[in-house]
Amino acid sequence: MSWDDKLLKQAKKIIKLYPQKRSALGPLLHLAQSKDGYISDDSITVISELVGITEVQVKSVSTFYSMYKQEPTGKYLLSVCKSISCEINNSSEVINKVQEFTGLNNNETDEEELFTFEAVECIGACGGAPAVQVNYETVEGVTPENAINLCKWLKETKPDVVVADEMQENFGGIKSFDWAIQDNSGATSTAPGFQTLKTTKVKK
Amino acid sequence: MKETILLTKHMRDNPEGSHLIDSYEKNNGYSTAKKTILESSPEKILEEIKASNIRGRGGAGFPTGVKWGFLAEDEDRYLVINADESEPGTFKDRILLERDPHQLIEGIIITCFSANIKEAFIYIRGEYAKPARRVQQAVEQAYQKGYLGKNIFGSEINLDIVVHLGAGAYICGEETALLNSLEGRRGEPRLKPPYFPAVKGLYMKPTLVNNVETISSVPWIIENGGEEYNKLGVEGSTGTRIFSLSGHVNNPGNYEIEMGSSFGEFVETLGGGIRNNKKVKAYIPGGASAPWFRGDQLDIKMTIDDVANNNSMLGSGAVVMMDEDTNLVSAAKSIVSFFAHESCGQCTPCREGTTWLEMILDRIASGRGRTSDMNLLLDVCDNISPGLSWPPKMTTICPLGPSAVSPITSLMNDFRDEVESLIPTKVLL
Repeated sequence: MSWDDKLLKQAKKIIKLYPQKRSALGPLLHLAQSKDGYISDDSITVISELVGITEVQVKSVSTFYSMYKQEPTGKYLLSVCKSISCEINNSSEVINKVQEFTGLNNNETDEEELFTFEAVECIGACGGAPAVQVNYETVEGVTPENAINLCKWLKETKPDVVVADEMQENFGGIKSFDWAIQDNSGATSTAPGFQTLKTTKVKK
Repeated sequence: MKETILLTKHMRDNPEGSHLIDSYEKNNGYSTAKKTILESSPEKILEEIKASNIRGRGGAGFPTGVKWGFLAEDEDRYLVINADESEPGTFKDRILLERDPHQLIEGIIITCFSANIKEAFIYIRGEYAKPARRVQQAVEQAYQKGYLGKNIFGSEINLDIVVHLGAGAYICGEETALLNSLEGRRGEPRLKPPYFPAVKGLYMKPTLVNNVETISSVPWIIENGGEEYNKLGVEGSTGTRIFSLSGHVNNPGNYEIEMGSSFGEFVETLGGGIRNNKKVKAYIPGGASAPWFRGDQLDIKMTIDDVANNNSMLGSGAVVMMDEDTNLVSAAKSIVSFFAHESCGQCTPCREGTTWLEMILDRIASGRGRTSDMNLLLDVCDNISPGLSWPPKMTTICPLGPSAVSPITSLMNDFRDEVESLIPTKVLL
């Protein structure tokens, strides 16, 4: 239930980065998200003690930001962009296809806890519209057909590390710009893959 | 029309390794920071920035030198890099973070030297995980080389950088909301006064908040001189700027250009024209917050002042082209939905108004509109931004609410027929 020593050590390291403890609240909530796939009551208690604020204060922050999930998510968080550049480039059809394949409404998770689906606001991939993120790893120029292929691939191969470049190569199309740099790093949970959080790995 | 390559030079010349310190240093990277620290003075740097006449690249276009000049005296001062790029249509900071993070770090070192700052934060939106990893890797490399940390470049100066991930809130691009977020609070904009973070910012200490592109421009300005930078572009919009082009164009992407060409020329040459040889019905000149221009206004020049004189804004440099087949009501609804979703909820006109606008547009778009909806839309808009003038008057703490008004006034002023055509003429009640 509670956070283990390894996670607590990680948390304390993060707190030390900031002049004031409370600044670490955001990153600690990302840690909680990576641990359970959502912000559990238990994590809220742990974080409130670590940062020295009340549980209600932690909860009030955690419910403000869309990346802290209040209910358990699946292994893969599918975020399809619906903002203006994607909207005028047929993102609604990508959304339809992903919903059809997964059988999910917005912000729902399937029973096997494999997929959580959400239609999201701008993810900064407007030149590669329509764009999709899986666990915050971006794929650009995704056709409705390739959106289904991407979901199928995730379901069949269940990768533990989600890598943007790999998905882009197999299911992407037009990009916002030349990515140029080869990169096999990716995300290991429904928190963003980031060194400081230890939520990223390089796929071999 | 050609690009002018300053900011994107290193990444273009060294596409595969531009994020690594070895490549950056091989191309004279960090030599300007080193020279600055060892030979220059804070006053000289500030003079160069002022002489360059660079204006902030985040959206507001505030003169950077003036902002730096405001910074109040204090033992503790901070630099916060705003990398919360989330204005729909914008993806120019993403390329700078992903492909040339050391240029940003060098800019931070020079900025902190000039402003006597010992701690900097790079606040990157949470959805930019890959860009954040690149920046974190670059920061670690710079520490290893002794360019960050204690006694940087062997001097008496210390400087630390922390890369901080946001968590999905457009409003945190507003600088005081960003500071609240970085303090571990809800990302709600602060009530003014105090007016400037440069006086009371992070932890109520003097804080510079600058955009990624602005600070990434600093090494070039210091290396070549503010006067040289000032020669590029046009008066009031000096230097180069990265424009993000998207929508119905053949070649969407980021383009680094000197400001001063027309939108039409930009789209026809660098953008490769509109797909399938269609005509432009409307376009957004500076991100989702900006009022639209019509397809017959493509001769407007891409400068901060020209766009402002035509009652819109160059904003974040995001140009979105919409062709003749675009359903503009759906497009406006997408933008209004964005602002309704991203409203922080503090101010009633924004929280309630954006939701109402979304609801009304939704029923018009789906053929259930009422004839009274036209005036109702304008009435709700007027409650958020009285008089519907440009620049907008506000009933709110920050400009998010008035931003949702932009697409509606564009529709009503220029495309009223299209909206009316969707409203059934006979409604049986």
